[in-house]
Amino acid sequence: MIKVEKLKKSFGSNEVLKDINVTVKPQEVVVVIGPSGSGKSTFLRCLNMLESITGGHVYIEGIDLTDKKTDINKVRIEVGMVFQQFNLFPHKTVIENIMLAPMKVRNVPAEKAKAKGLELLRKVGLEDKAEAYPDSLSGGQKQRVAIARALAMEPKIMLFDEPTSALDPEMVGEVLEVMKQLAKEGMTMVVVTHEMGFAKEVGDRVIFMDGGVVVEENVPKELFENPKEDRTKSFLSKVL
Amino acid sequence: MDIRWDILAEYAPFFLKGTLLTIGLSIASILIGTILGLFIGLGKLMRNKLLALPFSVYVTCFRGTPLLVQILLIHFAVVPLFLGETNAIAAAIVTLSLNAAAYIAEIFRAGIQSIDRGQMEAARSLGMNHVQAMRHVILPQAVKRMIPPLGNEFVVLIKESSLASIVAAPELMYWGKAMQGQYFRVWEPYVTAAIIYLVLTLSLSFLLTRLERRLATE
Repeated sequence: MIKVEKLKKSFGSNEVLKDINVTVKPQEVVVVIGPSGSGKSTFLRCLNMLESITGGHVYIEGIDLTDKKTDINKVRIEVGMVFQQFNLFPHKTVIENIMLAPMKVRNVPAEKAKAKGLELLRKVGLEDKAEAYPDSLSGGQKQRVAIARALAMEPKIMLFDEPTSALDPEMVGEVLEVMKQLAKEGMTMVVVTHEMGFAKEVGDRVIFMDGGVVVEENVPKELFENPKEDRTKSFLSKVL
Repeated sequence: MDIRWDILAEYAPFFLKGTLLTIGLSIASILIGTILGLFIGLGKLMRNKLLALPFSVYVTCFRGTPLLVQILLIHFAVVPLFLGETNAIAAAIVTLSLNAAAYIAEIFRAGIQSIDRGQMEAARSLGMNHVQAMRHVILPQAVKRMIPPLGNEFVVLIKESSLASIVAAPELMYWGKAMQGQYFRVWEPYVTAAIIYLVLTLSLSFLLTRLERRLATE
């Protein structure tokens, strides 16, 4: 479903990603952990080309993103993304936030988009907030709306970039709950997070990144209980 | 000091005509200047520095030289070059529009750049192309932030339209000067003109405040 080959990314002379090779299978939940500055967010942002790719290849369902002929907008329809800072559109109501892209990109009629939007809001437990503006919501509510907004495009893959890092601790649970639900429904997910509990419980595989490389990857139980690399051990000893 | 009400009454129709022309000059220049300003602002934002250069030069020239000089140049040199003869009203509209466009371009650029990068990223991640993201996500937010500085610019423009009197466009200030010249009175014509300008700018401010409130999202 996702295949990353020899991915390299530099900002100027600063090489942030050095030769990343990762494969994600359909319905798999891959959790990416690592210290800040390890390149894990940049890696995620390369998967939908929010960052330009310096070298190597990223294939989404067989389509090479680095191919000049690839229409990246078409690929992005299939790849939803949830941001640390939510990035809801503040000038639109909750339901308008969700309806906008389906209507403009997929040409879904307004009524259908609204019905679908309300259904998604019900799913994330916020149908009563449809007409509210984002500024009146709590952080956890905003992030749940952001998830609903991404789901409205009916993506095949969801990317989560530290979705709970900007939240007050008591709101982390409600967002993780929605993500667990999604995983259960079989969504293919790549999640960058510091929530080790979530990684253990929901992740099919955990990737530990440091210094722009994948240091170790394994099923959660093995990686957390039997880390092989010293860098993994020292990182886990600090966060667990 | 006593006020000569009789000459005020005599000039009232001229002040009315002048005020209408001032309003006309201002509205025309605001409209043309805003449209031109949007394009120049977007031009300045282009990634390709070479393509953006002409727009930067435009802003530098029109912001860096006095409006009075621009009016005289356009009235006596530029308009005759194209039309064969000059026309004070056309020259005034052209100058005010071109001048305002330079300032409005900067207001647009600043407004667009003030929107958080995450807004563009979110829009693009949902599959929108650059134009769709600009139109539905970035510009509506930017315009809201641009209203106060745009209001400022429009107020300045109304006042600066008085410089058109220098090329004998029969607007408000022109009739003020005519009255002063005929009766050698200074208080009546200039205070009258000042009050009318104040009414015009206050009305505009009032409208813009209403608009700002309507666009508020809370």
